[in-house]
Amino acid sequence: MSSAKERMIARAAREIAPGMVVNLGIGLPTQVVNHLPRDFPVCLHTENGMTGIGPTLPPDQADRNLIDAGGSYVSTVPGSAFFDSATSFAMVRSGRLDLTMLGAFEVSASGDLANWKIPGKFSPGVGGGVELAQKARRVVVLTTHTDRAGNPKLKETCSLPLTARACVARIFTDMAVIDVTPRGFVLVETLGGIPAAEVAEATGAPLLLPDTDLPEFEASHGR
Amino acid sequence: MRLPDKSCKIASAIAKIKPGDRVMIGGFGVPGTPMTLIQALVDHGADNLTIIKNDANEPGMGIDHLLQSGQVSRLITTHLGLNTHAISLMNTGQIKVEFNAQGILAERIRAGGAGIGAVLSDIGIGTELAMGKQVVELAGKPHLVETALRADVALIHADRADIFGNLAYVATAQNFNPLMAMAADCVIAETETLLPLGGLAANAIHTAGVFVDHVAELAELSKEYAVVQR
Repeated sequence: MSSAKERMIARAAREIAPGMVVNLGIGLPTQVVNHLPRDFPVCLHTENGMTGIGPTLPPDQADRNLIDAGGSYVSTVPGSAFFDSATSFAMVRSGRLDLTMLGAFEVSASGDLANWKIPGKFSPGVGGGVELAQKARRVVVLTTHTDRAGNPKLKETCSLPLTARACVARIFTDMAVIDVTPRGFVLVETLGGIPAAEVAEATGAPLLLPDTDLPEFEASHGR
Repeated sequence: MRLPDKSCKIASAIAKIKPGDRVMIGGFGVPGTPMTLIQALVDHGADNLTIIKNDANEPGMGIDHLLQSGQVSRLITTHLGLNTHAISLMNTGQIKVEFNAQGILAERIRAGGAGIGAVLSDIGIGTELAMGKQVVELAGKPHLVETALRADVALIHADRADIFGNLAYVATAQNFNPLMAMAADCVIAETETLLPLGGLAANAIHTAGVFVDHVAELAELSKEYAVVQR
């Protein structure tokens, strides 16, 4: 993985405050947990029916009945709980998740998220993504700033089918941290060494600059 | 008084499944998927089935055997991401697929099991998941009518059971099993351990035996139950 991606993931880990209930989406978000200090007080939730996810296990140590929603073999921690799928999504829809981190194909300047379907190319189904995006108290996105062809993933409006409208609060990319505000995208931080103008160039909608000086990413958790 | 014995042979229970039936199948990935009951359904051969299951397992595993054998005409599910074969059947029109938001599929099944006609929810409003669904205004906000789901048969995997059909699950093998065990006209459970009456503590029961019609102990766990080597 590129060091920029790794720094993005490390920076996103600082979004998790002590005491939160957090759901980490499949893919890059799952790796955020690797950047939390051991003994950090947080409750991780997975859609397939568990709170209190412990470290991921290699196959030779795995329990065949204990996976997360991405199919990785995980472990328990003292205080873990198991429940059925209805209970799991009752937690999601009733606002028990303080934070969810999701991947994205596109995010619009009004916070619309598209991350489940590319018509004609990719349509594996929506899984639990709609409910996470619509109902977690805070939704942040981890994504590369552009797609493989270099096209912006942060756009004025999404062209792909939406997962949920006006749900994204903050976006962590391999170039910057960007907030979604009533005025549109606002640059919060840049990855060290990348000029704000370069971030703006790679963004498919106006990117507002803050009034204060831009801080650069700190890769460490700072605790 | 003595509770009835519902222990059975798997083949004779599965023989009740008819062509065209709607069949709920528990599981999320490998955990909780009744691999042995699925294999028995392949052997039985009833076709034109509508399968209701969270996911389509992986190629060569679980309900993929039913897809391979051509017994499935329709799949009501949430995510097929780990089964490229299921996606290609969908893309070539060989099976019809209806995607649900995962928690909404759970609630629709829960409603079916609870004798409720539908649930109201704002999940998916403003997206294509809302297309074709009835909208009801409630407290000034639009809600989608999510109709209850029931099935002719549910196939369930339990960790422990007694001969009355009281069931207990472990870890993340619970998932859709306790919901589906309430939502079908005929509920068939396979169990890793079958206990006599009283063998399962009353406080440890997840699914009350009243919901279960047939329970069968697994003679062995096939390799499909094992940890997947990726």
